[in-house]
Amino acid sequence: MSAFGHYSYWITVLLMVAGLYIVIARGNLIKKLVGLSIFQTSVYLLYIAPGKLIGGTAPIIADGFRLYTNPLPHVLILTAIVVGVATLALGLAIAVRIREAYGSIEEDEILAADRDSGGGA
Amino acid sequence: MTLAHLPALVVVVPLLAAPLVVLVRRAAAAWAIATAACAFSFAAAILLSAEVAAHGPMSYHLGNWPPPWGIEYRVDALSAFVLVLVSGIGTASALYAWRSAAAELSRDQLYLYYVMHCLCVAGLLGMTVTGDAFNLFVFMEIASLSSYVLIALGRDRRALLAAYQYLILGTIGATFYVIGVGLLYLATGTLNIADLAERLPQTASTRAVLAALAFITVGVSLKLALFPLHFWLPNAYAYAPSAVTALLAATATKVSVYVLLRFYFGVFGLRLVTETLPMAEILLVLSLIAIVTASLVALWQENLKRLFAYSSVAQIGYITLGVSMASPDGLTAAVVHLFNHGITKGALFLLLGGVALRAGGATMGSVQGLGRRMPLTSLAIVIAGLSLIGVPGTAGFVSKWYLVLGAIEAGRWWLAGFVVATSLIAVAYVWRFVEAAYLSEPGPATPGRGEAPAAMLAPALALAAACVFFGLQTSWTVGSARRAAELLLGGVP
Amino acid sequence: MKRQMVLRVVGKLFIPYMLLFALYVQFHGDFGPGGGFQAGVIAAAAIILYALIFGLPAARRLAPDPIVEAMVALGVLLFAGVGVAGIVLGGNYLDYFVLDGDPVAGQHRGIFWVEAGVGITVTGVMLKIFYMFAGRGRSLDER
Repeated sequence: MSAFGHYSYWITVLLMVAGLYIVIARGNLIKKLVGLSIFQTSVYLLYIAPGKLIGGTAPIIADGFRLYTNPLPHVLILTAIVVGVATLALGLAIAVRIREAYGSIEEDEILAADRDSGGGA
Repeated sequence: MTLAHLPALVVVVPLLAAPLVVLVRRAAAAWAIATAACAFSFAAAILLSAEVAAHGPMSYHLGNWPPPWGIEYRVDALSAFVLVLVSGIGTASALYAWRSAAAELSRDQLYLYYVMHCLCVAGLLGMTVTGDAFNLFVFMEIASLSSYVLIALGRDRRALLAAYQYLILGTIGATFYVIGVGLLYLATGTLNIADLAERLPQTASTRAVLAALAFITVGVSLKLALFPLHFWLPNAYAYAPSAVTALLAATATKVSVYVLLRFYFGVFGLRLVTETLPMAEILLVLSLIAIVTASLVALWQENLKRLFAYSSVAQIGYITLGVSMASPDGLTAAVVHLFNHGITKGALFLLLGGVALRAGGATMGSVQGLGRRMPLTSLAIVIAGLSLIGVPGTAGFVSKWYLVLGAIEAGRWWLAGFVVATSLIAVAYVWRFVEAAYLSEPGPATPGRGEAPAAMLAPALALAAACVFFGLQTSWTVGSARRAAELLLGGVP
Repeated sequence: MKRQMVLRVVGKLFIPYMLLFALYVQFHGDFGPGGGFQAGVIAAAAIILYALIFGLPAARRLAPDPIVEAMVALGVLLFAGVGVAGIVLGGNYLDYFVLDGDPVAGQHRGIFWVEAGVGITVTGVMLKIFYMFAGRGRSLDER
């Protein structure tokens, strides 16, 4: 098996690391959420890609078909996508509220605003 | 007939209460529905706990699909114990919210608060009761998403930032967990926790299983705020509404510990966790650092909610210390401390909420001379503080006792000494409260004479009384924890 | 964008078919790809398109806030209600086998109502999210 035989894993890992990097390295609250979404999406791929069999069909028993694709990962990931959408919507909603309260969505500016007002740790 | 359905109903009833609350909208009705649902779950959890103690584990097949194909809800000695804690604190926090949430939130947000409370409790109960690894992820996200909202409801604008940071870290944690579960699924083809435990030893791809162990450990550790993954916790606890802080501090991290126990001992097995990878040593070192640093940081906090939030990080260190021993006494200590620390922190944060309501904030300044102004509240805080230290006669002592026993049993005398010595740091930060409340004159920030409203004081005092009760009457807590420890150690060869 | 003739005409042409397609996806979920999640998003997309062309107030008249919020709750209640019906009829929670004399027909009936609940909730949630974000920005601009 060559190193690129399972190229879907390479793509998955690339997206995973890229997403995580964006979350950590960016100070912009919206960009962080973008990174988080990419990170979550890589997990969808981790589940879905191995479930696909080349030449496999939908798992409905019928004459003439022997190879079926595993439907379970699709169902799981449908749920995970919904969770991801909910997380993104809530994250953006909180970002909107932060923007209204602080007038900024840059993390360093927000932390500085808290320090100036005498709060923070 | 009903008893057999309780494993599902204990989760379904609070889950059903949430949309009902959305439909009724009126704050009083919303409170009544949420409290009734939580109380139902509490009663169900106690019944389940008695049933499990008498007749052994219960298995419930959702949709009548037998496991490993269908989702299985499984109640055993460990999960029944955690169910009682979560539903009990959920009920106390719901009762408390009647006055507390009304004082801290705007009227049109109140019903949404109760929706999120129900969802959070249902999610945490679901995490505890489910026997399916992916279903656990779904419940974890239900609990997490609702707790982000609950934290963001805090009045201070910093609550928003705390909720955002928790959302980012919590989602990373949950995603790590789901990556781990995905790797396990790829290696074994099953998601049922019991089935996973059976099939794992037969899998060829140990590398994938080790990666899964690593991902699940990091993911769940983020959720349970194990040092150094605890940064979201102090701000989230400090700025959330009081009833929310108590609910989350007493249950959310504890359920995550439960998940860690389940996976370490119920899926991967002792051999993989302690021999193939040095997880026990890693946990031990991290726990020790957590206990020392978080306790020291707690010493310097002016905001009492932050002080006890850091103390939570330290106390979680004691729990994971017990886990790292992987011995009967160590696990008994971990499980019983999970419960005892839950009620102790629940009591403390509920009481502090009362102080914050009367004084406008719970800082060292506002509790000066509190012993004279709010005698009952201060006395209860001191009692819960003693339980936090682990003074004999309180719940905290029981768990520390087993922790010391476990250390001695393993021949690690230095560890036993360490547990006792670090309790002295807890003495120091609890003493700071005592000094301010009883030995100082009331300052300008101290509230006037009078206790918190009865609806807030009663659940808080009940939990503080529970700290003493479970310190003296240990047969149920220690017995359940002992059975849970035997189950965990005997579950996988 | 109300004054854009092309948008208005194309929108009016498309929206009914989008709603129809949502129903198709909803009910075709029994036999092939489809179901409540997808149908709910498509139905919500139709109304969101309407809002984009004719403005948020018009969309809020079409699908008022209280109804949208009730949809969110009712769909979940319908889903959970099917589960409870399983218990009432003598099975386990979410047991579809007992919903009809014939177990296969019971499965069909169960998934039909569950998917209906999912569809209602997803439509409600997508619209609610859209209303919340769109409405919020508007009130800020007016300030």
